[in-house]
Amino acid sequence: MAVHAFAKSTGRRNRVPGGVGHHNGWRAIMFLLPSWLLLAVFFFVPILLTFYFAFTNLSLTGTSSLATKFVGFQNFVSMFQDPTFRISVIKTIVFLLFSAVIGQQVLGLLLAVLMNERHRLFRSAIGVLVIAGWVTPEIVVAFIFYAFFSDGGTLDTFLSVFHVQPIAWLYAFPMVSVIIANIWHGTAFSMMVYQAALGDVPKEILESAAIDGAGRFQRFVRVTLPMIKGSIATNMMLITLQTLGVFTLIYSLTGGGPGNRTTTLPIYMYQQAFSDYQLGYGTAISLILLMIGIVASFVYLRMLKVKL
Amino acid sequence: MKKRTVCIGSSIVLACAGLSGCATNSSHTSPAQTSHQQAAASTTKPRVITVAYQQFGNPPYFNQEWLQQAAQQFEKQYHGVTVKLEPIEASENDFYTKIDLMMKSASTAPDVVTEDTFLINADGSAGYLQPLNADVKSWPDWSEFSAAMKTGSTSNSGEVYGVPYSTDTRGLYYDVKIFKEAGLPVPWHPKNWNDVLNAAKKIKEKVPGVVPLWMQVGKATGEATTMQTFEMLLYGTHDTLYDAAKHKWIVQSPGFLNSLKWIQTVYADGLGPSFSQILNAQAGNIESQQLMPQQKIGIALDGNWLPGSWQKNGPAPWPDGTKAYQLTAMPTEFGQAPGYTSMSGGWALSISHLSQNKQLAWDFIKIATDKKNMEWYDVHQGNLAPRKDIANDPAYENAPGQFFKVATSFEKFTHFRPANSQYPSVSTQIQAAVEAVATGALTPEQAMQQYANNVQRIVGASNTETVSK
Repeated sequence: MAVHAFAKSTGRRNRVPGGVGHHNGWRAIMFLLPSWLLLAVFFFVPILLTFYFAFTNLSLTGTSSLATKFVGFQNFVSMFQDPTFRISVIKTIVFLLFSAVIGQQVLGLLLAVLMNERHRLFRSAIGVLVIAGWVTPEIVVAFIFYAFFSDGGTLDTFLSVFHVQPIAWLYAFPMVSVIIANIWHGTAFSMMVYQAALGDVPKEILESAAIDGAGRFQRFVRVTLPMIKGSIATNMMLITLQTLGVFTLIYSLTGGGPGNRTTTLPIYMYQQAFSDYQLGYGTAISLILLMIGIVASFVYLRMLKVKL
Repeated sequence: MKKRTVCIGSSIVLACAGLSGCATNSSHTSPAQTSHQQAAASTTKPRVITVAYQQFGNPPYFNQEWLQQAAQQFEKQYHGVTVKLEPIEASENDFYTKIDLMMKSASTAPDVVTEDTFLINADGSAGYLQPLNADVKSWPDWSEFSAAMKTGSTSNSGEVYGVPYSTDTRGLYYDVKIFKEAGLPVPWHPKNWNDVLNAAKKIKEKVPGVVPLWMQVGKATGEATTMQTFEMLLYGTHDTLYDAAKHKWIVQSPGFLNSLKWIQTVYADGLGPSFSQILNAQAGNIESQQLMPQQKIGIALDGNWLPGSWQKNGPAPWPDGTKAYQLTAMPTEFGQAPGYTSMSGGWALSISHLSQNKQLAWDFIKIATDKKNMEWYDVHQGNLAPRKDIANDPAYENAPGQFFKVATSFEKFTHFRPANSQYPSVSTQIQAAVEAVATGALTPEQAMQQYANNVQRIVGASNTETVSK
């Protein structure tokens, strides 16, 4: 995106009357060339390859690895006939809905609202605790929650005080477990977005609403929420895209199992490409994942009627 | 608005692009090019050959010690050449994926690689491996390898892709003490699947606190789930996995369904271990290194190499292990002829097609698989030796703490996995079906249907068939 801005500004300079426009144009291209080359090699070529491979029977081993053929829409046709694919789409949506849209979003907003206008010490104490989850690398989060949820782990030990029989949480409630882990990991991001947004809501408007007789709840729903609409949309999109791509956390906690109970699309894509050796099919799944992200982003923007 | 969406869209594309990155270097060197490279390499006198192998679980790693010994002997004979061992820390499935990715590119391809014989055909036809036909032809030791084992590392069209260095058979381990407590006969010779199931039920009833019947059912245990569990059942029915005459995969059959039903019964009746123990990549180690030495498993369906863990310098030394547990043959479904069944696989040393030191790599393989070195490895690891001169050696046959004699007797009725390059992909579908049935996620009928659909997608519907009755 920085490249974009640079291109714009040099373009504008070109149009300065009396300047040596032609020379500058070439110079700009010269300066841009390295970044364009880098983008082409590491961004556009892989994307085009992804599109191409999604329509082939490319595999990691076996004859089709050597003689890769163009198979048209075969991968997509079998994908829609593949029950595991359907299951993993549903699992992805459940995971997305509960861990990002509801969990991180609502909890993040709630934390931000509760911390708003409180004592600085209180804010920073709570803030540090929440942000600790966010700065922890995903694989470390996975280990923490493995220790927490595993047979006779922290949670079971804690519950045994109340004479609750130990439960293998990761096997009995796998989806709930990974959702909780992801909420813990990601909530701080939403919280910070909303803290910034709430700080931007002018106090005068809230005050005049209060004078007009609006209660605390009414002020929040009628004044604050509409004013931070843009942040809600941005946050919603960013956490959706982040959550769609969550792999490490689920893979290390449950490996997508037991059975297919936590097989979200990234996990299924990985399994197909690298455990089942079907690289072409895996790539096709990644394209669908991309589509879901784009569609979700459009839906949010339309729903909140936000212009970006 | 559009611009933002495009930005976001492209950032996901970027994330997905990671997938395709691995395929960009999938170009293959033509044979002509390779021989040219080889010629060039021999004039510049290469100094290092690399040997890639799997390392997983707790030490000691006998394969590493074996390769190290061979490397020392090799370096003495070939002055100025160093052998670099390249252990790959990965579970079984990850190891297969990693070596495939390594062999795709000349800059990462090892010279010598250990190949599971179930993958050797697939990797050979993918162009990753160098055919060794000319090399084995002029190697006198090759006649010492048993014919069955040679087939295991040879493709349908006759290319020899590796030199086998270990093989195995599978059967039922049973704990003598638990059996006596449960009032079951010792020695135990079950005649059909029901005998095994009833024994497990009796153990559950009479000996609380032990796992009555252990068999791998997780996707995480990879090929072990396919071979030690599912194929040990399926090849004891009237059906198999692959119709070698018609070159078709049998995707639905009564035997397939019955095998899944049997697995379902074991787990639904609580005769198996807990899911947190079994659906784990470490399940094999939990079984052989923790629960069996504590005599917490009544019956285990597993490979003959299992007591290797109990050796004096093994990961869980237990000198009395082969007295506490006995090995018996796995019966067929109803006891139909030949009465018992087993599966055999094994490992081979292969040369990467992109290796620049093919001659030196071959010279190394010859040393590593000579009688002395191979016998050392197979005795320590608890594997059966594919060389006849080792199999007939009394020191090997009666090696303490092993079941070599019993396990070798299973070779009479053993089966090999389909020598088809699609096998690895089909095998992972079996694992998915087995785990789904064991965890109760799918019924056996649903799991077989899903297996059929997925295999049809992978190999093409025209390469599959259904057997009814």
